[in-house]
Amino acid sequence: MSYTISVNGTAHTVDAEADTPLLWVLRDILGMTGTKFGCGVAQCGACTVHANGTPVRSCVLPLQSVGDLQITTIEGIGDTDIGKKVQQAWLTHDVPQCGYCQGGQILAATALLAGIPNPTDADIDHAMSGNICRCGCYTRIRAAIKTVAAAQQA
Amino acid sequence: MAIKVSDRDAPAARRSGVSRREFLLASGTVGGGLLFTASIPFFGRSAIAAEASEHQVTIYARIAPSGKVTILAPNPEIGQGVKTSLPMVFAEELGVAWSDVVIEMADYQGGKMGNQQSGGSFSTPSSWLPLRKAGAAGRQMLIAAAAATWKVPATQCTAADGIVTHAASGRTLKYGALAAKAASMPVPDLDKVTLKDESTFTIIGKSVIDPDKARIVAGTQQFGIDVKVPGMRYAVFQKGPVFDAEVSSANIDDVKAMPGVSHVFVVKGAPRLLEGPPGKVQGLGIDDGIRGGVAIVADTWWRAQRARQKLTVQWDEGTHANDSTAGFDAQAQALFQRPPEGTIRVDGDPDGALKRAAKVVRASYAYPFISHVPMEPQNCVASFKDGKVEIWAPTQNPASGRAGVAKTLGINPDDITIHMIRCGGGFGRRLANDYMIEAAAISKEIGEPVKVLWAREDEIQHDFYRPGGYHNLAAGLDAQGRVVAWDNHFVGFARTEYFARLAVPGADAFPAGFVPNYALKTSRIAFNIPIGPLRAPGDNAHAFVFQSFLDELAHAAGKDPIEFQLELLNNPLPGEGQGKKGGNPFGPGFFAARMIAVIERVRDMSPWASRGSLPSGTGLGFACYWSHLGYAAQIHQASVAANGAIRPERIWAAVDVGRHIVNPTNAEHQVQGAIIDGMSAALGQQITFDKGRVVQSNYQNYQLLRNNNIPQMEIAFVKSDYSPTGLGEPTYPSALPALCNALYAATGRRIRKLPVRVPELRA
Repeated sequence: MSYTISVNGTAHTVDAEADTPLLWVLRDILGMTGTKFGCGVAQCGACTVHANGTPVRSCVLPLQSVGDLQITTIEGIGDTDIGKKVQQAWLTHDVPQCGYCQGGQILAATALLAGIPNPTDADIDHAMSGNICRCGCYTRIRAAIKTVAAAQQA
Repeated sequence: MAIKVSDRDAPAARRSGVSRREFLLASGTVGGGLLFTASIPFFGRSAIAAEASEHQVTIYARIAPSGKVTILAPNPEIGQGVKTSLPMVFAEELGVAWSDVVIEMADYQGGKMGNQQSGGSFSTPSSWLPLRKAGAAGRQMLIAAAAATWKVPATQCTAADGIVTHAASGRTLKYGALAAKAASMPVPDLDKVTLKDESTFTIIGKSVIDPDKARIVAGTQQFGIDVKVPGMRYAVFQKGPVFDAEVSSANIDDVKAMPGVSHVFVVKGAPRLLEGPPGKVQGLGIDDGIRGGVAIVADTWWRAQRARQKLTVQWDEGTHANDSTAGFDAQAQALFQRPPEGTIRVDGDPDGALKRAAKVVRASYAYPFISHVPMEPQNCVASFKDGKVEIWAPTQNPASGRAGVAKTLGINPDDITIHMIRCGGGFGRRLANDYMIEAAAISKEIGEPVKVLWAREDEIQHDFYRPGGYHNLAAGLDAQGRVVAWDNHFVGFARTEYFARLAVPGADAFPAGFVPNYALKTSRIAFNIPIGPLRAPGDNAHAFVFQSFLDELAHAAGKDPIEFQLELLNNPLPGEGQGKKGGNPFGPGFFAARMIAVIERVRDMSPWASRGSLPSGTGLGFACYWSHLGYAAQIHQASVAANGAIRPERIWAAVDVGRHIVNPTNAEHQVQGAIIDGMSAALGQQITFDKGRVVQSNYQNYQLLRNNNIPQMEIAFVKSDYSPTGLGEPTYPSALPALCNALYAATGRRIRKLPVRVPELRA
């Protein structure tokens, strides 16, 4: 079946089964591989994208449910002011080790900071605990979020 | 500007070196550059065997007329930073500015570039001196070229930041301008090059951020899973529910009728290809190969995965369909009722000393099998054509992958090309290459390029697990509370009469060598479950046992746990604790003095002395361990709520991996990551078996620490006067007992079985 979805501000028409998760539409049909596969059951957050600015797990979002949602991926998040700042803070703090989960981490952090410009540790706990980092870069993730928050307050 | 390794055989290349195995090559390149190759055995010339190509460190570098220096990173990047750190060591001695360096990831070179393996924290200790010699030789040739140009003695010239300077005349020449001429200079003897004064280092010791990371944050960095080649199909491979199961029958036609599916076929298993004869294990002893199953190939991965839901297989489950964790536990208890079967080490008279001891403490410890679960599931792209295969793989260990593919496909190893792609985590899992062999075999069968990708469930249920184990311990204390006897009966897992590799504690595992009457004896449970190295193999399990039991003994003796271990370390048996025994090919054995130094450092940087004033339900725990040549001591602060909920609050760690920290940002990353990894294993990880099947399937029942439970960490590197060693593993082992000892301090409940069970900590 044919569906038209909006990814990073561009409309794409794709032909796939209705139950195809958005993750695999992005990766294997549209060739946008920045969004990663980790678990397939919304447990790890590697596949996080934004749907109308809200972080969602694309591995469990069927194509037929995307509809008019504006999807933003790691490839497009730098086009937003806050997304760009988060990416820069990630480099300043040298956050990644292997880097595989970091697209999802950045999307989760960007949504957090867009909603709560100066998050508390409890806010960070709540917003970031759906994203596993197997390498254990958590302390730098927290530090990078706080750097962006501090710059926002200045 | 890609470097072709075949360039090293160019006719113009000139060569030095006294043997086939140690050499330096320099040649000009088109357009006036210098191509530079050095290959140096890391065991030292006298120690190497006739076939030593795997035991070489080889560097390829090209200096362009622009002054840009391109260095091929030899070893796979799994997030540990080796793609940056090894070129840093070479560039330091070459005398270039780091801003002029470009790093390219090497392909696997079939042994011409060493074994190109990332594992065991071996990259740094094995490469440190060879890479320095190679860089120094390059610098010497560039200086010689400048001296010849100016007609002055080379000894009057110096080099730094890619510029040769003749101070007396104030003249300078850039490396780029000298590159062509340097290629015609005498090639130095690598044993006689002059290394830099280490106090003048400008690159080593300064944090360098891997350029891949800019692509990572932009979502454009390629990982193995992202590789796409023209005409590529996608495959899932359904393996048996029991290890070594074979397909009896399957509804192939039903699956073939699913949308997008092009091929469905049964693959007969051929595992354990590379397992050597007992006592002569090849490579890492991982039983690589292909397991029996059904391959489903489609035009997208999701369609292959979706078709798998229609698959029904009748399996021949073989002889291990009744293996279970409950059964293993019962076998261990039965074995503990009998005398041990084997002996690893005995000092003195442990039985007699136990009888004479003023106080005897007994305890049983156990830990489970655990899985690696790197974030990027196993995957590989393979393209088989005309008897040759090209492979794109996130692997830590391309050499054994090539051997396994060659053997499985029946082709010549030289007909296999392996591109090493950045790995989404390794932790030892990608030292095995089963996914690579699957991809190659499926591509050969369908005659087209294919990407094999595992689902997370495949990953957790078909790992090469860290084996579980059981220890019964008895220790005797004298009237002064000193350890006078230590008796350890270890029950571990074994195939046939041999222990699973890396399952058994080493004869030099502390406190061995520091207790006058000591025994480490063993018994075996037969099993058939694939096992392999997981970060800090062996130590990752035994440190929990030994360091927890030492904490028990300190409390039984009424002593400060840190002072108790310092007292032990200060009283070695004759010849022990001075670096003479054990160790590994890349470094010396255990030095008690280095451990004492990190213990004192972590004690003094933490509030250990004032731990008595912590609130109720909060405690500090201490542990130390020597692993993969690195010395780590850590103190954890944790609190436990009335409902048993655990809160890791703060961590202090002191680490000695030698006199230099090559890349501080990565070094700190490795310490932080390994500690969190160890805590994660202690608190949430276990693989259990029932009817021969792995019970766990995904992250909901195989739990990792998340960002809401991460303590603050303070890390200190103690710089000792030894060559730098690796950091992937050393801080993992002591994390588990430090946390468990903190939980004891907080609750009075001793953790003797992993993972920690929250209900057992409830008030």
